[in-house]
Amino acid sequence: MGVTWGVLQFPGSCDERDALNACSLAGDAQLVWHDDRDLGGIDAVVVPGGFSYGDYLRAGAIAQFSPAMGAVAEFAAAGGPVLGICNGFQVLCEAGLLPGALLANENLRFNCLQVDLIAGDSDSPFMRGIENGERLSIPAKHQTGRFFAPEETLDRLEANRQIAFRYAPGQNPNGSLRDIAGVTNETGNVLGLMPHPEHAVDIGAGGSADGLRLFAALGMVAA
Amino acid sequence: MKARILIRPKEGILDAQGKAVERALPALGFEGVGRVHIGRLVELEIENADQLESLCEKLLANPLIEDYEIEQIGES
Repeated sequence: MGVTWGVLQFPGSCDERDALNACSLAGDAQLVWHDDRDLGGIDAVVVPGGFSYGDYLRAGAIAQFSPAMGAVAEFAAAGGPVLGICNGFQVLCEAGLLPGALLANENLRFNCLQVDLIAGDSDSPFMRGIENGERLSIPAKHQTGRFFAPEETLDRLEANRQIAFRYAPGQNPNGSLRDIAGVTNETGNVLGLMPHPEHAVDIGAGGSADGLRLFAALGMVAA
Repeated sequence: MKARILIRPKEGILDAQGKAVERALPALGFEGVGRVHIGRLVELEIENADQLESLCEKLLANPLIEDYEIEQIGES
């Protein structure tokens, strides 16, 4: 089967079951409790969505100090693939594993809608088989999803091909700068995005299975 | 020592909460109010005051998007 996934679970996570399901469609999958410092020989990590530790202080701020996130930081530094979704994206930004920060949505509302994402030109292992410019239909649901980074950082992200996904023109639901929906770290092995690929893995439940492609990508041989 | 830490959005960063409050005020009859910014106030007691800065940088504030000011409010 290939890839064995570990899906983190914090107090306050709520999307770990769907992430586990998505991972098991593309390999084997197990949950990793936030107190666990041992990731247990997995090949890839998902930091799932939800409201870790109640999102107190700032979304994702407290989760970065959990023992499991300490292990994830080492795993990522060694080149291990890490996918952060929604709150998981916020956690990875707070932990400094991804650039930028997520601010309150421009309209201050909790937005829940299906959006089209445009894939960027990226070497990330989660983007294998996904062509530059391709459209993916993925649901987004969040209140703190406005991607922010200073202008010079945004320029650098573009130059380094670290922008994995943008919202399709006219579909930016949160005021993210340059329509950014997801970014990678410099080496591409860490990817975070606000929309939820794990909720789009079954065409019978939501009308799109485009999200599955990010999970299936890891099983593909690098081009 | 006892400290009070004021955390607020950096200048130039869209403060969506502040904007929402600003826009609500005229509806309540308060005209001429502008530049509303909403931050966070943290009070704490700390034994080793040397750690305050790094504690703010690492957890209480996100230096990318927030500024903070530390005020000593007494010896505990």
